[in-house]
Amino acid sequence: MAVEVKSVMIVGVGGQGSLLASRILGNVLMEQGYDVKVSEVHGMSQRGGSVVTYVKYGEKVYSPVIEKGEADAIIAFEQLEAARYVPYLKENGHLIVSTQKIDPMPVITGAMKYPEDIIGKLKAKDIDVIAVDALSLAEEAGNPKSSNVVLMGVLSKRLGFEREVWINALKQCVPEKFLELNMKAFELGESVAEA
Amino acid sequence: MKKLMLGNDAFARGLFEAGCTVVSSYPGTPSTEITEAVAKYEEVYAEWAPNEKVALEVALGASIAGARAFCGMKHVGLNVAADPLYTASYTGVNAGLVIAVADDPGMHSSQNEQDSRHHAIASKIPMVEPSDSQECREFVKQAFELSEKYDTPVIVRMSTRVAHSQSGIDLGMRNNIELKPYKKDAGKFVMVPANARKRHYDVEERMQNIKEDYKFNSIFNKVEKKATVAGIITSGIAYQYAKEVFGDEVSFLKLGLVNPLPDQLLIDFASNYDEVYVIEELDGIIEDRCKALGLNVKGKEIFGCIGELSQSIIAEKLKGIVNKVKSFDEDVPVRPPVMCAGCPHRGLFYSLSKIGATVMGDIGCYTLGASAPLNAMDATICMGASISSLHGFNKARGEEAEKKTVAVIGDSTFMHSGMTGLVNIAYNATNSTVIILDNSITGMTGHQQNPTTGYNLKGDVAAKVNLEELCKALGIKRVRVVDPYNMAQTEKAIREELEVKEPSVIISRRPCALLKYVKHAPALKVDNDKCKSCKACLKIGCPAISIRDSKAFIDHTQCVGCGICQEMCKFDAIGGKQ
Repeated sequence: MAVEVKSVMIVGVGGQGSLLASRILGNVLMEQGYDVKVSEVHGMSQRGGSVVTYVKYGEKVYSPVIEKGEADAIIAFEQLEAARYVPYLKENGHLIVSTQKIDPMPVITGAMKYPEDIIGKLKAKDIDVIAVDALSLAEEAGNPKSSNVVLMGVLSKRLGFEREVWINALKQCVPEKFLELNMKAFELGESVAEA
Repeated sequence: MKKLMLGNDAFARGLFEAGCTVVSSYPGTPSTEITEAVAKYEEVYAEWAPNEKVALEVALGASIAGARAFCGMKHVGLNVAADPLYTASYTGVNAGLVIAVADDPGMHSSQNEQDSRHHAIASKIPMVEPSDSQECREFVKQAFELSEKYDTPVIVRMSTRVAHSQSGIDLGMRNNIELKPYKKDAGKFVMVPANARKRHYDVEERMQNIKEDYKFNSIFNKVEKKATVAGIITSGIAYQYAKEVFGDEVSFLKLGLVNPLPDQLLIDFASNYDEVYVIEELDGIIEDRCKALGLNVKGKEIFGCIGELSQSIIAEKLKGIVNKVKSFDEDVPVRPPVMCAGCPHRGLFYSLSKIGATVMGDIGCYTLGASAPLNAMDATICMGASISSLHGFNKARGEEAEKKTVAVIGDSTFMHSGMTGLVNIAYNATNSTVIILDNSITGMTGHQQNPTTGYNLKGDVAAKVNLEELCKALGIKRVRVVDPYNMAQTEKAIREELEVKEPSVIISRRPCALLKYVKHAPALKVDNDKCKSCKACLKIGCPAISIRDSKAFIDHTQCVGCGICQEMCKFDAIGGKQ
């Protein structure tokens, strides 16, 4: 029998901070006593390219990667990336997506078009889509770069671990001078998840 | 509680705990973080060498001197270090010497996907292969023991998924090891033919001894025996994929020592099962050994030797299971990596594209100049090849080529292996034009210092190579510096140097826009009344510029105000801050 593990994918555009998000989540899960694997990609793919990190947890995790049809949740930092990675979602999986749009180079050069109403089309597929304007909330918190932490705030309400564990993980992963800003971003994420 | 750690960080922890004191490496994805992490321990001296050959020789020197030493690199780096590697096999060590080589199946960040186990076999050096962070730490410590017990360097083979995955590890204390005495031993360390002939016997004997001593279950090689009809022989990350698919449904032989392979263990394991599969990434090295031993195993005929494996590939090939997937019904535009907003390489590559130059490229962020819309690269091979292949290209095609062909190479890559190519241009005389893209850092691997930056790995001020003086000393009389943010000046310089009938170097100098000390100008804004929708600003391929409602639009979260797009706009529509 295959081993039961939970899988969370974090997808976005290089530079959006998906690495930090995956590390915060990884620390939360370790604190909960799970066996955890977090897989990242560094180097070439980070330069404004499509970036994927995998977080897996359970009693015993073997493979660090997530394959098509395996993700219990996908957190997409950008709409097009949500569309790109939706095949990785499990039946009944959850898709948390930031409404931010970043044109990739083939769209900028006019070679391809950015699809319209991605969120509407994904909802029509009977997928549980939670759309969040994370960029505006991050700007409200004081820095557009904190939208990764806003989305962790949203996720925290879905996973249901104790709040204190998340705050501890934030303190471990974020430099102290940015902690207040990120706490604000996290709270804003929590509040929209509850709304 | 276990600590969540990247494979590379756990590797560094293992180096620390093993009492390693001297580290010399060259950065390369996915190996870089090992050396960055170990440099943070005060007890360890760590440096970035100019290239992997130098790094390995430094580490070998430290080992001969009596200190436990380490050298890390990516797979292609081992090709550069192959010269000392093959002879270090003959000399052996004094204190332990461990080498990390990080393979990149799937080529996430590499120019080929060579399987470094071939180097271990050919150089007759033991190789161990961890499959998660905990094993990274343990195997490194064991590798030092192996190195000293059998008088040999030991290679630890990493791969992208092991290096860049985090999993839990236990931390141990550092074993502070005294410097071993150094005693002159020419027969062992002076590899002239008379000595090397004798040492070759020692090498063969050593490998036989290791084979004998590790022929059963060991710290590295483990049998997980279940009452099953099928068995799987595997190693490294492939073990994790296979284990996820099969759990305890089949028996496993997990190999941690991948050179030399334990013949007796392979025979004992395989003879227990009706079906035996060898699951290994890249080449069929374990499988070939099994077949040479007369074992009936299957592997590459099922899985092939290209790209990464995964649990779903194994599940599909061996169980016929394919996951159901949802999909988005329209074409999703690809999102390839691009030069960052404000990247100093952009202006240089736009100028090359405008001139229509033939461009011999090299390894670094600037390889992205090959992508649309710049499309300004003709060849990329390996570190340093831009300069030497430019010389060959010009020798083959003569003056016609010299007037339109350039080499582009970064500052770190030039220090790594560009200098010798430049000497060749001066010495063997082509009127070649070499452009050094000096962004004052090793960029692609994530900002490592190098001999041109004025700082060392520990962050201390260091001697700084003066590129202008260096190029002149190598025999190039025409050396000039341009600012790639000034495209008119840059284009003019390239055109002039292509015309002159002597070799020349253009240093395109501007620090990487991502460096912390680089101050950014405020984001630029498009004046919609002035914008004529001509899209000239899109030709530079800046990720911050797109079209919104038929007008150019600048994303203020990305723009760093470099001004390249302003130079493109004939209507003065881009200006001011947002």
